[in-house]
Amino acid sequence: MTELTELTITQALAALQAGDVTSRELTRAYLDRIEKLDARLHAFLHVDPGRALAQADEADRKRSAGDPAPLLGMPLAVKDVLTVEGMPCTCGSKILEGYVPPFTATAVRRLLEAGVVVLGKTNTDEFAMGSSTENSAYGVTHNPWDAARVPGGSSGGSAAAVAAELAPGALGTDTGGSIRQPSSFCGVTGLKPTYGRVSRYGLVAYGSSLDCPGPLAHNAEDAALLFSSMAGKDPLDATSVDVPAPEIRLSNGNLKGMTVGAPKEYFIKGIQAEVEAKVRAAIDQLADLGAEIVEISLPHTEYALPVYYLIAPAEASSNLARYDGIRYGPREAAESMWDVFYKTRGQRFGPEVERRIMLGTYALSAGYYDAYYGQAQKVRTLIKRDFEQAFEHVDVIACPVAPTTAFKIGAHGDDPLAMYLEDIFSLPANLAGIPGLSFPVGFDAQGLPVGMQLMGRHFHEAGLLQTAHIYQQATDWHLHRPALAD
Amino acid sequence: MTEAIKTKYETVIGLEVHAEMKTDSKMFCGCAVVDSTSAPPNTTVCPVCSGMPGTLPVVNRKAVEFGMKVALALGCTINQTSIFARKNYFYPDMPKGYQISQYELPLAEHGQIVINTPRGEETIRVTRVHLEEDAGKLTHIENNGVSHSLVDLNRAGVPLLEIVSEPDIRSVEGARAYGEALRQIVRYLDVNSGDMEKGVIRFEANISIRPTGSEEFGTRVEVKNLNSFRTMERAIEFETERQARVLQAGGSIDQETLGWNEANSSTYSMRSKEDAHDYRYFPEPDLPPLVVDQAWIDVVRASLPELPRARYLRFKEEYQLTDYAASVLTADRATADYFEAVLEHVPTSVSPKIVSNWVTGELFALINQAGTGIEVIKVQPEALAGLVRSVAEGQINPNTGKTVLGEMFTSGRGAEEIVAARGLKQVSDTDFIARIVKDALDENPEEVALYQAGKESVANWLFGQVMRKAKGKANPQVVRAELEKQLTKL
Ligand SMILES: [Zn+2]
Repeated sequence: MTELTELTITQALAALQAGDVTSRELTRAYLDRIEKLDARLHAFLHVDPGRALAQADEADRKRSAGDPAPLLGMPLAVKDVLTVEGMPCTCGSKILEGYVPPFTATAVRRLLEAGVVVLGKTNTDEFAMGSSTENSAYGVTHNPWDAARVPGGSSGGSAAAVAAELAPGALGTDTGGSIRQPSSFCGVTGLKPTYGRVSRYGLVAYGSSLDCPGPLAHNAEDAALLFSSMAGKDPLDATSVDVPAPEIRLSNGNLKGMTVGAPKEYFIKGIQAEVEAKVRAAIDQLADLGAEIVEISLPHTEYALPVYYLIAPAEASSNLARYDGIRYGPREAAESMWDVFYKTRGQRFGPEVERRIMLGTYALSAGYYDAYYGQAQKVRTLIKRDFEQAFEHVDVIACPVAPTTAFKIGAHGDDPLAMYLEDIFSLPANLAGIPGLSFPVGFDAQGLPVGMQLMGRHFHEAGLLQTAHIYQQATDWHLHRPALAD
Repeated sequence: MTEAIKTKYETVIGLEVHAEMKTDSKMFCGCAVVDSTSAPPNTTVCPVCSGMPGTLPVVNRKAVEFGMKVALALGCTINQTSIFARKNYFYPDMPKGYQISQYELPLAEHGQIVINTPRGEETIRVTRVHLEEDAGKLTHIENNGVSHSLVDLNRAGVPLLEIVSEPDIRSVEGARAYGEALRQIVRYLDVNSGDMEKGVIRFEANISIRPTGSEEFGTRVEVKNLNSFRTMERAIEFETERQARVLQAGGSIDQETLGWNEANSSTYSMRSKEDAHDYRYFPEPDLPPLVVDQAWIDVVRASLPELPRARYLRFKEEYQLTDYAASVLTADRATADYFEAVLEHVPTSVSPKIVSNWVTGELFALINQAGTGIEVIKVQPEALAGLVRSVAEGQINPNTGKTVLGEMFTSGRGAEEIVAARGLKQVSDTDFIARIVKDALDENPEEVALYQAGKESVANWLFGQVMRKAKGKANPQVVRAELEKQLTKL
């Protein structure tokens, strides 16, 4: 028999259902592998074996009692910006060191109700601000394909955990590419759902109008399973949308009748040649599977980066105002009330967080609002319109996830702008609120995974997953696993 | 300040009023709204209103409804789409580091309040009415020489309505009248207790002065945290004088935010214009635009009670009451309801004026003495109506009526029951009265002689003697008539 940790979620569920394996055995296998490998990878910030095994036992009891919960007994990792009651939630920041939230995020709660077992919390750039996990206050996560490289970010811990088989699936969050880009860097399948499709309640806010929880897994089928259980209107999130949680039934077959748009603005100079080649090859493969490929234009793409770096920091500057050391989290000792604020915030936020708070504060300031935040909102509308017009002609848009494969740890150390450019292809979907999916379509010369992105119209997650699923039936890129010597 | 200087300048005042709304739960979470002056600290607090990471606000529809009630009562236009916005500033009683408020598109705009001032009837325009959340409370204490700041979040997230007037108010009296009218309206609507000592209504005044007759506004100051009408009046008086003195001396007014120092009876500078907060307002991304459809507006409008001013005018017109009577009877809804309930139970022969006298006279006196409220007294309107009828029909005389009301007030028993039990029924039997009048005249020959000698005032004294003989029960009109008859016959 193969190692239990090599199973996909779909396979593991079948094994659980058949009684070939118990949740305890499965959970134990992942905990053992985490124990063995995570000292090197540092995908997790917190692992709770006792709690996980107790949940696994509970799941086994329920299964023997005939409980039909769809993910019963399935281990899962959760990005450390989503709350799980009683489990530390640091958001990769020293300002929330030791903070244990008293409630569970809706997305996680729904998965718990569907039967999952939470293994622990995965590493992230501080408050999800970053594209490499290098901004985590608790140390970088290493890419399982090459430990000298970043796993991407900010959901780098989740992507690395799935790629290294430390978890069969994981939850991430995506504000500007934070699920898709690490999925691409780590060779896994990651879905950023439509904004509002998955509740943000319990997702520690970074950019509230952009944030979106979503799944990472080995393939589209697994991602679909997790997504179906997470989605749906939540009375605790006023921006969640009243579109019923989708039941996604992926079918094998071809892509006949489907039109795939390839936006010319996403194949530009400066993009790594192998990335472009692999993505183009994947698009050809979609054509071989029956899809009609058309070149399209999304003319406002170049504005996505500046617009994002006004809107997201503006919202962040407000969202992060609550960390003052008064009600929760550590507090720096000081003589006066105001000094408590200054010292706690001054000493416990990392440089990237400080940079974005300052950027955002500036963009919202009296006299600058119209020129920056106000203008950004207007251009955001134009970017949305680009997509609306494109989706009048195409069913999905196919393009690179990121301009490069995983880069070396420290490569962008002194250059935040170069780091920001990592997100140029993933930001537009967040600004438009549309779903985006990243999945592996090959490797570069260094053996690093290359991902392709599919984007669809609002609530069209099923279409993206279906397309990727059919592609994955015809290819084996998603079956490759990094060689991790024991 | 001399009268000449006083008339040289005109005060221009705009008021911002914050009124908490007594919904069951808070503005954006399910926590109960409690009396934050008496509840143990931090007992109605949840992850949302304490600003825990990952929490999100959800709008309390009841608070929206309450806000619409006030807005409609002020004659505002409701914006069918309004926008919540974040007002960003740091303070330990503000758990999220921002207050969710409304900025560019408020719930409602363009209303008015009509007030009576010594200058006559004035219309004060209401600029806007918007929804927001209250902050918690910060207390500074000293313990063994170490100072501490304590945060109580019970009040954090309580629904708050901000009502902003145009700078249409021109006097201290006008400011008070506007404040009282607004307080009266929110109490009529039952959205706020009006309890100013508990801080459920708070005032901020924008004050400037300008040469009388000028059309241009002077530089204004904003005086914060005015927690009673008296404080507001004093602050306006103080600022008017201070600003006049500055201008008289050739100086200019600084645009600044002031506080009121109760101990010194003076304002003090909190922030200059340069230090003014930049609140960095932006649309609240956690809340979609607030949409109220016409049907909802119509339902709320239909639910409005008769408002204080309309009722005041109707009382004057329909019941022929004086300004004073109509105004005290409509001061609050419970009193006006009580008055009209009494009216319903008296025969049409009893005029509303008589009922008004009973309510504003004897009943108010008893209520004030007992320090209670009309909505909780034992004398039901039907019972007071019974008493008024008994007096009107001559079964008891007015003086006895007062005594009976006093007993009704303490015991809760009915007028007839008390009259019967204590034998207070008024006697109108002319034979009996003729007999006691005769007895009184027989017993006091000297006074009768004086009367006959032309000292007519003695008649009143004789009247008192008769009434005493009747133990107060005799019908005074019959006694007076009989006494006059017998005296002229002599
Ligand atoms: Zn609460």
